[in-house]
Amino acid sequence: MIAETGLAALWLAAALALLQLLLAFAGLKGGKPELLAAVRPAAVAQGLLTAIAFALLITLFLRSDMSVLLVATNSHSMKPWLYKFAGTWGNHEGSMLLWVTVMGVAGAAVALFERALKRDAHMATLGGQAAISLGFYAFLLFSSNPFARIDPPPPDGQGLNPLLQDPGLAFHPPTLYLGYVGLSVAFSFAIGALLTRQVDAAFARAMRPWVLAAWVLLTLGITAGSYWAYYELGWGGWWFWDPVENASLMPWLAATALLHSVTVLATRDALRAWTIMLAVIAFSMSMVGTFLVRSGILTSVHAFAVDPSRGSFILALLAIYIGGALALFGWRIGSVREGAPFELVSRETMLVANNLLLSVILGIVLIGTLYPLMTEAFGHKVSVGAPYFDRIAGPLALALMVVLAAGPLTRWRRDSASAVGKRLIVPALLLVVAAGVLAILAWGRIGVLPFLGLVIAIAVGAASIAPLWKRKLLRTPLFTWGMVIAHLGCAVSLAGMACDSAFTVEKLVAARPGDTIQTAGWTLRFVQIMPVAGDNWTALQADMQVDRGGAPVLIRPQSRFFASPPTSTSEAALLTRWNGQLYVVLGEEVEGGRWQMRIWWKPFVTFIWLGGIMIALGGALALVGRERRGWLLKWRARREVEA
Amino acid sequence: MRKVWIWLPLMLFLAFIGLFASGLFQPDDRVIHSRLVGQPLPAFTLPAGASDRPALASAQLATGKPRLLNIFASWCVPCAAEAPQLMALKQAGVEIDAIAIRDARPDVDGFLKRYGNPYARIGLDAQSKIQMDLGSSGVPETFVIDGKGRIAYQHIGDIRADDVPMILDRLRDAQ
Repeated sequence: MIAETGLAALWLAAALALLQLLLAFAGLKGGKPELLAAVRPAAVAQGLLTAIAFALLITLFLRSDMSVLLVATNSHSMKPWLYKFAGTWGNHEGSMLLWVTVMGVAGAAVALFERALKRDAHMATLGGQAAISLGFYAFLLFSSNPFARIDPPPPDGQGLNPLLQDPGLAFHPPTLYLGYVGLSVAFSFAIGALLTRQVDAAFARAMRPWVLAAWVLLTLGITAGSYWAYYELGWGGWWFWDPVENASLMPWLAATALLHSVTVLATRDALRAWTIMLAVIAFSMSMVGTFLVRSGILTSVHAFAVDPSRGSFILALLAIYIGGALALFGWRIGSVREGAPFELVSRETMLVANNLLLSVILGIVLIGTLYPLMTEAFGHKVSVGAPYFDRIAGPLALALMVVLAAGPLTRWRRDSASAVGKRLIVPALLLVVAAGVLAILAWGRIGVLPFLGLVIAIAVGAASIAPLWKRKLLRTPLFTWGMVIAHLGCAVSLAGMACDSAFTVEKLVAARPGDTIQTAGWTLRFVQIMPVAGDNWTALQADMQVDRGGAPVLIRPQSRFFASPPTSTSEAALLTRWNGQLYVVLGEEVEGGRWQMRIWWKPFVTFIWLGGIMIALGGALALVGRERRGWLLKWRARREVEA
Repeated sequence: MRKVWIWLPLMLFLAFIGLFASGLFQPDDRVIHSRLVGQPLPAFTLPAGASDRPALASAQLATGKPRLLNIFASWCVPCAAEAPQLMALKQAGVEIDAIAIRDARPDVDGFLKRYGNPYARIGLDAQSKIQMDLGSSGVPETFVIDGKGRIAYQHIGDIRADDVPMILDRLRDAQ
């Protein structure tokens, strides 16, 4: 019954989306404005129904209802409840249901909470949201039904990929999805603005909080995903330029650019067409990413089911929505007036530079991701790896950091180069000193990019807190704090990346219990190796006493074996200290009772994710700050009217 | 000018759609084709990888008769699983040389004692430099080398029992 109810809720939601689209269309174009009153309730009901469908699928997973095909193929009754729960979206159908749920709920939120937009634009936005949702409902209902039954039901399920059996999975995909499906709201806003020809500062102020919210969640999701890959895959890396990672990075790059251009539009009424274009591109990148991952067109560790019919379905959706939006852009943008002009040295120019650099990086990642596909069309097979991305995107990212340092210290509309230079004196001095010190300490031992990265990170860190200089900290607006923290987060993250690639010490050993290993100032004593058993796995676990002069700490790397499906994974042992992480992986047994171990000391590696969290926190503060200011202004206005 | 610019994104996007569609409907190709097939072996001289076998240099592989070059390591589990197939190939009269990757001589000796030693010569590639030059991405891998020292075929992954006839065919073709 639960599965059937879920399916019914989905069909109803799809019907409501159709209704919502027709009502908005008839109300705006068909001369029946009274119909518009029903658009918002339809959006809210749709959001509720998708949430119900998703909750029901979670219930089926928690109950291990093996008569449901999806549960039988992706879960197992012996799994701990957290993984039954997380297993709901650890597969194609469930993750697509999560996708439409986020879309439905985001639509409901726009219907309920959006107040700044003019009525027509609001209705057109909701119509746009319904139109996109419809395609994904169709995809779910016609080719990926999560509620399909299996008869007779199997005695037990086939289990979840053990790599996904990790608390990280409970958190990372939903956050990521909230982020990148949340960008659909920006897309719908752009459609609404193009249809009603209202592209102006008021539109930008209305769109900004939605972009910010999606961007914050996307940032968190990517940060969590990177940390998950770092500790779970056991190769000590934190970013692999895998197509799926790129699929989440590309919308983030576009959304970051959008976030900055929308600020220009909101504050100075400039960059109108460009902002609309970015809003379209950001969500398009989410859809392209989904297509790349779900069609099996590129090979990736994340790919779920490889199914060409599903691939063609998503490709058709891409062609309709992105193609439609770009055609609408070409058709309507001519009638949008040019925005306000600005001088060469101004905050606007800095933000344009930020946008250009982000767009070029986005282009590079897109081309790198699709390059194997392009050459394959001409009969060659290649794969594009980290060296390409690092070498080409790396220097551009460093240039972006320099713009990041200068941008917030430049005035809107018009500034002078010498004034900006003066404000940058302290960071520039720091840059020189850091470069000198680092050159003396580590010349020839570290690469050019890590060297520049570290030096620039220090200077940018100083520059990013400069906007707080000589200000009363408690009276500084929250969104300024948000910007400062997010920018500082970029510097912190960059410092972590540079330290990791410059100073990581790696050691491969074959050790016997009783052996002592010395590396990077640490002493590791291999005490013993013992079998241990978990809920649905068994493992060989090494006990290691580690210390660097103080009291020893016990860490336990494991090599785990899962019975269903039969797989083994390595659970790295991590020891976090303020200045880095010790990362130990237990390998295979070799001759003579010795065990292979891979030991890394990674100085300041945690800064990478700390920076990511700071960036998201900064975004959240900016969001709250802007919204609160809006409420305060409204409240004051009302009080004045009453007085 | 502005007219062209505003339609550019749509044009680009349509090109991408064409690309995606062509990729989607292309039949899957699960075989990895090596770029080095038909090329001479990169030149190398390696120290001996085991105590009872001579060292290996690339010149020694051009013997006028096709032979196998096996890339393995004592720490590699699929290499142990592959050992019986290599022994079978040796018994069929195939000459096999090997490069041990990121290994140490005592470990290789132990491995060969346990799983058998089908190799004529063994080189030690402690930093996997030669492995890189060969375009090999993991262990085990096996190259068919023709009589002139050129790579005729690259087999990625362990040789399963049902791969043995195919390897023998490749050796015959390389004659």
